[in-house]
Amino acid sequence: MLALPKKELITFLIFAVVVLTMPIWLTPFGASYPGLLQKFAIYGLLAVGFNILFGLTGYLSFGHAAFLGVGSYAAVWSFKLLSMNAIPAIVFAVILSGLFALVIGYLSLKRSGIYFSILTLAFAQMSYNLAYSVLTPITNGETGLQLTLQDPRVLDLAFSERGAGLPLVELFGVDMAGYGGFYLSAILLIIGFFVAQKITLSPFGLMLKGIKSNQNRMKYTGFNIRPYTLAAFVISGMYAGLAGGLLAVTDPLAGAERMQWTASGELVLMTILGGVGTMFGPVLGAWIMKYLENIFSAFNENVLHNLFSFLPEGVQEVAVRFVALFVGEGWHLTLGLMFVLVVVFLPGGLMEGYRRFVNRFFNGKKPKPRVPDKQTQPAE
Amino acid sequence: MDAILVQFLNGLDKGGAYALIALGLTLVFGTLGVVNFAHGAIFMIGSFVAVAFRQILTWESVVLSETELSPWGTALEIRTPYALEWFGDFGNILIDFSVPIAVLLAIPVMYLVGISMERGLIKHFYKRPHAEQILVTFGLAIVLGEVARTFFGANPIPQPMPEAVRGAADIGVLFGMAENAITYPWWRLIYFIFSLVVIGAVFAFLRFTTFGLVVRAGMSDRETVELLGINIDRRFTIMFGLAAVVAGVAGVMYTPLLPPTYSLGMDFLVLSFVVVVVGGMGSLPGAVAAGFLLGILQSFAAMTEVKEIFPGIDQVIIYLVAVVILLVRPRGLFGRKGVMET
Repeated sequence: MLALPKKELITFLIFAVVVLTMPIWLTPFGASYPGLLQKFAIYGLLAVGFNILFGLTGYLSFGHAAFLGVGSYAAVWSFKLLSMNAIPAIVFAVILSGLFALVIGYLSLKRSGIYFSILTLAFAQMSYNLAYSVLTPITNGETGLQLTLQDPRVLDLAFSERGAGLPLVELFGVDMAGYGGFYLSAILLIIGFFVAQKITLSPFGLMLKGIKSNQNRMKYTGFNIRPYTLAAFVISGMYAGLAGGLLAVTDPLAGAERMQWTASGELVLMTILGGVGTMFGPVLGAWIMKYLENIFSAFNENVLHNLFSFLPEGVQEVAVRFVALFVGEGWHLTLGLMFVLVVVFLPGGLMEGYRRFVNRFFNGKKPKPRVPDKQTQPAE
Repeated sequence: MDAILVQFLNGLDKGGAYALIALGLTLVFGTLGVVNFAHGAIFMIGSFVAVAFRQILTWESVVLSETELSPWGTALEIRTPYALEWFGDFGNILIDFSVPIAVLLAIPVMYLVGISMERGLIKHFYKRPHAEQILVTFGLAIVLGEVARTFFGANPIPQPMPEAVRGAADIGVLFGMAENAITYPWWRLIYFIFSLVVIGAVFAFLRFTTFGLVVRAGMSDRETVELLGINIDRRFTIMFGLAAVVAGVAGVMYTPLLPPTYSLGMDFLVLSFVVVVVGGMGSLPGAVAAGFLLGILQSFAAMTEVKEIFPGIDQVIIYLVAVVILLVRPRGLFGRKGVMET
């Protein structure tokens, strides 16, 4: 059951090593601090899960952030009501977001193509708006759901006294705010990656790919495709819930803005940027996005002046002015431009770029031109 | 009865904005077959045309007064807008009516924006799958939003409406009620009428001109029109420009009601897509009807009486309607048979 074909096994092992050694090899990039490492692992997991739906079946969901939000709320409630241990929080997050995905998926998957996208978007926006308004008793509205000193925490308080100050999230005594949280997320990311690999290779995964390349033919062959797409939707929703739960584990706070449609859009961007349908692409996309978000947005005029200090005075001013448009507060501009360029020139994302590069320089073969045929069209 | 009428009226201006944006979206989809996620950004650009126009009009010349001193003891700066210096009282009127006048300016500007967008980027995506069209235009929308932010900052910039129409109209009298029974802000009324005029103009253009005839023919059977030796691509490009103009002027006129920010496009985009889908992809009357329908429904859902029965309904009504319609009526309210029906 745990066996993988040789090629996939190598991919998996390399991936595991890369993820676990992140604190080391990210140091030269200035990204080796727990807060960002946790984000790398968590958003990687989110992208892997999203890829199971979008990459395999071609259904473009624009509402996946809702599951992320549900996961976060479930985890924080578990901290508040049961225990500060991370395990029940994660379990609750996954189960609850899975149920949520089951309901939304059941309804949304009645349609495909752009209608599916709009339906998921509508559901996510409804959840977001409700979380901000009527559901305030559950979600604490704009402030976001936080831990308080009066939380019941039934399990914890049965064994120990209520301490002074807010308790910390822990896993058998390991604090989850720093590197502990990163390693937990990293291990879950590796497991999630493995599961995604197994799904891709399984008959079930093959069925999903069949649905992507030609739904009608699948139907004519006698398959009822609904259960398969629904299963993929729920699995991918559970990944998102897990990621949301982990966000809450590393920082016990859940806000509604995690569910907004721009968050879903960001997830789509990550997946496309890295390469949809590939195993590693979405994770890579997530890492690049989070890296740019954290590093680029931290650039300000002073940093830029230092950076360009080798230039003569006048040129330096111009260079700083120009680059300042793209970093700091304007990093979304870079993101948008990068995204447009990727979709225009590299529809397969960075992974396709890598493949073309390898083909060009190492195999001596000409890269295959992209054939815009019906086969690659997502489900419509 | 009064309350219902008031809510009905309240929905009209928002409905007008939805209808105008959805109309442009549908035009683009019906002619070029492109799902344009950057259409909201065009609306946003339109509203910033109004902002820019006003900023240009109110550029001030600074003259240091020779006789008077400011409270700080320095020479008093006398600031007069150039418009006032050059045109006198007419300049004042110009500034006062900057929003309606900006509509005239917006027409060529938005046409150019639309054409360059289509020729520069969207042209290359006709043959690509819808998912990729969505993605590239989504990226474009982000870029346009950010560009607007670099020029105009992140804060909303309120635009005053002309002095003359600042009050509220006494609508109740028209329906034979007592005075001041129902009052309704002039500008909202103007917006509603404006949207009707624009919608009427678009429909008349498509219905009564040869150009419109060709475009409609191209919408229903592109290949045959091409075989007749007509360069349909060129006409469709012009239609994209027209759609941009419609969204742009909608944005200009909406500025007094909602101060423009760079995120305006995204906010309206989601709603207008829902409107298009509810009306039926590719159906122009559907887009207009659904726009007004959803605008009015939204304002009814905001009534306290309704909110008491269904708490939170005002937040979700549009999406709820969209979900229900999509599930029970696959091609929307007025959708043509066979247009993206799966």
